[in-house]
Amino acid sequence: MSTFALIISAIFINNILLARYLGNCPFLGVSKKMDTAIGMALAVIFVLTIASFFTWIVEHFLLVPFGLQYLRTLAFILVIAALVQFVEMFLKKSIPALYKSLGIFLPLITTNCAVLGTALISIKEDYGLLDTIVFSIASAAGFGLALVLFASIRERFEISAIPKALQGTGIGLVTAGLIALSFFAFKGMI
Amino acid sequence: MSQFVKEVTKGLWKDIPPFRFVLGLCPTLAVTTSVENGIGMGLAATFVLIGSNAIISMMRKVIPDEVRVASYIVIIATFVVCVEMLMKAYFFSLSESLGIFIPLIVVNCIILGRAEAFAKKNPVMLSIADGLGMGLGFTISLTVLGFIRELFGAGTVFGLDVFALFNLNFEPFGILQQAPGAFIALGLMLGLMNVVGKIVDNIMARRVV
Repeated sequence: MSTFALIISAIFINNILLARYLGNCPFLGVSKKMDTAIGMALAVIFVLTIASFFTWIVEHFLLVPFGLQYLRTLAFILVIAALVQFVEMFLKKSIPALYKSLGIFLPLITTNCAVLGTALISIKEDYGLLDTIVFSIASAAGFGLALVLFASIRERFEISAIPKALQGTGIGLVTAGLIALSFFAFKGMI
Repeated sequence: MSQFVKEVTKGLWKDIPPFRFVLGLCPTLAVTTSVENGIGMGLAATFVLIGSNAIISMMRKVIPDEVRVASYIVIIATFVVCVEMLMKAYFFSLSESLGIFIPLIVVNCIILGRAEAFAKKNPVMLSIADGLGMGLGFTISLTVLGFIRELFGAGTVFGLDVFALFNLNFEPFGILQQAPGAFIALGLMLGLMNVVGKIVDNIMARRVV
C-alpha cells in the first residue's frame, strides 16, 4: 500500500476510534469540553507516535532475535508505561507550558488502548519502521479528529432536551454511532 | 462467608460493568458481534480479574504507593500473557476472532479500576470475590449485547440460523454487526438499563419499607 493510501485509510476508513473501537474510554471521558478534547488529542498524537517507534524497535531488535514474541504484551505495556513517565518528566523540565496544557492527560494515556492497539496492529500488519511511524501519526490524527468532532457536538448537549435515562454516556454512545455511520461512507474510497 | 457472597453478587447487578461504571468499553464494542465472542472475551477478562485481584491484594502491603500503578500493570500483563497462550493452545479459532483484543485486556480499565478501588485495600478472599463478581457481570453484559447484535444483525445465535428454524422471513440489520451499530446498540442498552434499574430499585425500596 502506498504511503498516501496508508494515511487516508488510517484517518478515515479504519479510524482507530470509530472503526477499530480503540481508545473509547478517553473518547467518552474527556469529550465534554472542547479544550480538554484538544489537550487529549495532542497528548495522544505525541505519545502514540513515540510509543510505536519504540515498540517497533523492541519487537525487531529484542523480541524477535531472542524468540520472545510471546512476551510481547508484557514488553509493550512496560515500554509504554515507562515512556509516558519519561515524557512527563521531560516535558515538566523543559517545556513547562506544554506540560501544563497536557497536564492530567499524560498519565491516563498509559491505559489508553489506542496506544497499545496501534503498536500491536503495526506489528501484526508487518509494517516497516517508516510505515509504522506514518501509520501511528495518521491513526493518532484520526483519533484527534474524531475526538474534536465529538466534543463539538457534545458541548451542545448542555442545552438540549435529552431523555433522562440517556443523559451522559448513553446519548454520547448513540452520537458516536452516528459519527461512525458518517465515517462509514469513506469505506469505498480506497 | 456472607461477605464473600455479597461481594460476588454486587458485580452482578448493583455495580454491573460496563453499565454502572462506564469502563472497558473498547472490548465491549469490538467483540460483541456474536454471543460466542462475548462469552469468550468475558471469561478471559474474568480470569485476569480474579488473578490480578488476588495477587495485588496479597502484595498490597509490599507495593510502595508511588509505583503502584506500574506494579499493577505488570501483574495484570502477566495474567494476560497466560490467557493469550492458553487461548492460542485450546481455543484457537476464538483467539483468532478476538484478535488484538486479548492482549488489550491489559489496558481494560475495569481491571486496573478494581485493583485501585478494591484489591488495594481489601483482604485476599474478598478481592477474589470482587474479581469473580465483576468478571461474571462483565461476561453477562457482553453476552447479552452479543446476543442482541448477533440475533438482529446476522439473524443467528451461536451461528445457528434461528429465524429459518421457525420458518420466519427476517432480513437482518447488517449495520448492527458494524461499528456504528455497536455504538448505538450499547448506548440504547445503557439507557434501557437506567430505566430498568430505577424500576427495580423502586420495587426493592418498597419491599424494605
